[in-house]
Amino acid sequence: MMVGIAVSTNINGDNAEFLCHADETLLDVLRDRLGLMGAKEGCGTGDCGACSIILDDRLVCSCLVLGAEAEGRRIETVEGMAQGDQLHPLQQKFLEHAALQCGICTPGFLIAAKDLLAKNPDPTEEEIRFGLAGNLCRCTGYDKIVRAVQDAAGVMRGA
Amino acid sequence: MNFDPSHSKRSFSSVGTRPIRPDGVDKVTGRARYGADFNMPGQLVGRILRSPHAHAIIRKIDTSKAAQLPGVKAVLTAADLPDLTNGDAAMYDILDNCMARKKALYDGHAVAAVAAIDARTAKQALKLIEVEYELLPHVTDVDQAFAPDAPLINDTIFTTGVDPKPDRPSNVSMRSQFGHGDVDAGMARADFVVERTFKTEQTHQGYIEPHACVANVCSDGTADLWVCTQGHFVYRQHCAELLGMDASKLRVTSSEIGGGFGGKTHVWAEPVALALSRKAGRPVKLVMTRDEVFRASGPTSATSIDVKIGALKDGTIIAADATLRYSCGPYAGAWAEVGAMTAFACYKLENVRTVGYEVLVNRPKTAAYRAPSAPMAAFAVESAIDELAKKVGMDPVDFRIRNAAQEGTKASYGPVYGPIGIGPTLEAVKNHPHMKAPLGKNQGRGMACGFWFNFGGQTCTDLNIGIDGTVSLAVGTVDVGGSRASLSLVAAEELGIDYSQVRTVIADTSTLGYNDMTDGSRGTFSSSMATISAARNAIKILRERAAQMWDIPVEDVTWEKGHAVAKGETHGNLPKLSLKEIAAASGTTGGPIAGHSEIVADGAGVSFATHICDIEVDPETGATKVLRYTVVQDAGKAVHPTYVEGQYQGGAAQGIGWALNEEYIYGKDGRLQNAGFLDYRIPVCSDLPMIDTQILEIPNPNHPYGVRGVGETSIVPPLAAVANAVSNAVGVRMLHIPMSPPRILAALEA
Repeated sequence: MMVGIAVSTNINGDNAEFLCHADETLLDVLRDRLGLMGAKEGCGTGDCGACSIILDDRLVCSCLVLGAEAEGRRIETVEGMAQGDQLHPLQQKFLEHAALQCGICTPGFLIAAKDLLAKNPDPTEEEIRFGLAGNLCRCTGYDKIVRAVQDAAGVMRGA
Repeated sequence: MNFDPSHSKRSFSSVGTRPIRPDGVDKVTGRARYGADFNMPGQLVGRILRSPHAHAIIRKIDTSKAAQLPGVKAVLTAADLPDLTNGDAAMYDILDNCMARKKALYDGHAVAAVAAIDARTAKQALKLIEVEYELLPHVTDVDQAFAPDAPLINDTIFTTGVDPKPDRPSNVSMRSQFGHGDVDAGMARADFVVERTFKTEQTHQGYIEPHACVANVCSDGTADLWVCTQGHFVYRQHCAELLGMDASKLRVTSSEIGGGFGGKTHVWAEPVALALSRKAGRPVKLVMTRDEVFRASGPTSATSIDVKIGALKDGTIIAADATLRYSCGPYAGAWAEVGAMTAFACYKLENVRTVGYEVLVNRPKTAAYRAPSAPMAAFAVESAIDELAKKVGMDPVDFRIRNAAQEGTKASYGPVYGPIGIGPTLEAVKNHPHMKAPLGKNQGRGMACGFWFNFGGQTCTDLNIGIDGTVSLAVGTVDVGGSRASLSLVAAEELGIDYSQVRTVIADTSTLGYNDMTDGSRGTFSSSMATISAARNAIKILRERAAQMWDIPVEDVTWEKGHAVAKGETHGNLPKLSLKEIAAASGTTGGPIAGHSEIVADGAGVSFATHICDIEVDPETGATKVLRYTVVQDAGKAVHPTYVEGQYQGGAAQGIGWALNEEYIYGKDGRLQNAGFLDYRIPVCSDLPMIDTQILEIPNPNHPYGVRGVGETSIVPPLAAVANAVSNAVGVRMLHIPMSPPRILAALEA
């Protein structure tokens, strides 16, 4: 029989503790054990980016990380982006530009864009396109997503 | 219907603006609940066992070991889903597709299912189910399946639409024919003729959200189903029929939907989840893996199409002929029929004939994919038209303008067109700066046209006015891409109030009358028509209440900009009453105020688009890069222009993926080799340029605001537009979609 592994981690600034199996993904832990359903499973193989999170300042697919690996780490998910009722500039610009249609990929795109802008506050269109190439969107054709990220980058730079 | 839906010229204050969508904040904060984001107390995990064989008789299924595994609460096979379809062949096919009865008909066909306390136990249980198969010869290619000596998939299929009826079964379930005039005589008069055979491969809708549902059947016979679907009323009907339930006992709630594009219009796992729940006596959550989504759900037809078009020296198309073979999976379909209807719909033709053949193959049951069947036919026809324009010596845009259908043209599929947008989109393309931009080495430009019927269908809305004067609008068409915003705009427009005063929700099947699903680009078209009708019914009551409050005849009360206004010399000086004031008095004037509407939304205006595409081909690798892309499409009236643009861009991107990358690859063993997003590669952000859009508005005479559906037409032209661009860049006519690097290299070397 499987025995649970006790894990202590930090999610969106709050300490979190959970038990998980050795082969359980971090995505399953977030969704099924911690009730954080913002990260989505689109493929389970790291190809679609819908489960993107930031783990110790690194963008990862949470379906490719084990829950046990979260021990002592810092996790950022889409649920932590807004401060109270104040949306993050990326969230606000995604709404204003209609950068989502069905919205299933949106949490992953927001996290990937946040990571991109943290590393490159003034990206070119090409840098945005390559920076977000790990996230699949089937609805928008990416046009409005790129524009929303460009616009949010300007706001975040104070431009 | 009891209201006049005809278009009237008017100015708009809400419609045509671009507010933020009402479901937006939930979607950017991770709070929106999709199919897999719902749980119930005590729920089990459902899993489906699928055939690894393309074609096999199921000799025996032994589930005893799985049933004995601790934690397994139900094991299910076709024996648990008795045939209740009463001779309804289409429903029987759905039942058989949900759970194979006698034969497994494709790699991925469901053969058994389990419900267990967790995913680990469920997976383990699947491995303990023993299925004895007897392998049969299979066929997965549309042309091979069409051949007379092909392995037979279903011995009860005799081709319909041919006279006399064939004396032996085949893989061709239907022949259909459309057209008018004398094609052979017309072709004999032609100065120039192009004749080609084209092929397109099978693609998947590629929605990012896998199918997911939670089913809960109670011992008292009532049941609830939470599911991602494009049509919860249709799912309710199918599930109730297949499980022998009264539809009213099954409440279906549509979750937020993570993309559908036609692929979430058919039940697959839902009846299985309900049957598992019924057997286990507990709620069951069933979520497909991506592998299952590719193997078992979705795909569009693979096609092979012969086209022959003749023109006179002056550029008039004198005859057009096409034979279209569409794969439909292992069950009879009507996909080639639709392809045959759309093939030449853009043109005014004296002599035209299209013949469609539905071809059974050992692949998943074909499902609708955005303007189903039209993109492949458009690829063949628009490629041939481009080649013919060159032979005639005309510019491809001018050649199409000369032959474009107009108001009054008899369409190749039968009806006579009203006001349509094909000519205007072509004129807009002719004058677009994109057409004049210079091209570099190894670069090419292509353009192409596309058509889609659009659909109306059964629709029902409730518009409830609260006692504070704000409005709740309940609709039954699932919101796949922003329709709650557009329907709030329409309600605000008709009532004369602010957008912020309306909240639109998608009602479940127990709280609203039947609605057809969100397909055929009908969401905003049909529900806006029902919303206008419901709002007009509410305004009638609001006027009556105001008349009562003023104690004047209702004929003297009009409704203007959200207010009741008294008319005439006697009452003209009464101060107007706002909706808010009338609503606040409802307790003493007759009770709550609401407007309802139940309609068949007839008169969906047909839709046309013309696209321009620039590409660059690397002659060493065969890789293609899209450099620039422009969509011009008629929207009738764009209710929320930003989301209309989004539909144009999204369809174009899907079409580009279809044109260049996407295809189902089957091995000789009949197994799908690329059932994942790594090997079935849909376009990513770095594959595409910005996609420019131009919205034309040629009002649909059958809608009060002139609205036409906009969702589907945008995927029709891209296959041909990209193919024409590649053909122009490399100087070789491309005949096979997708134009993947190996195919382009092969074409260059041929």
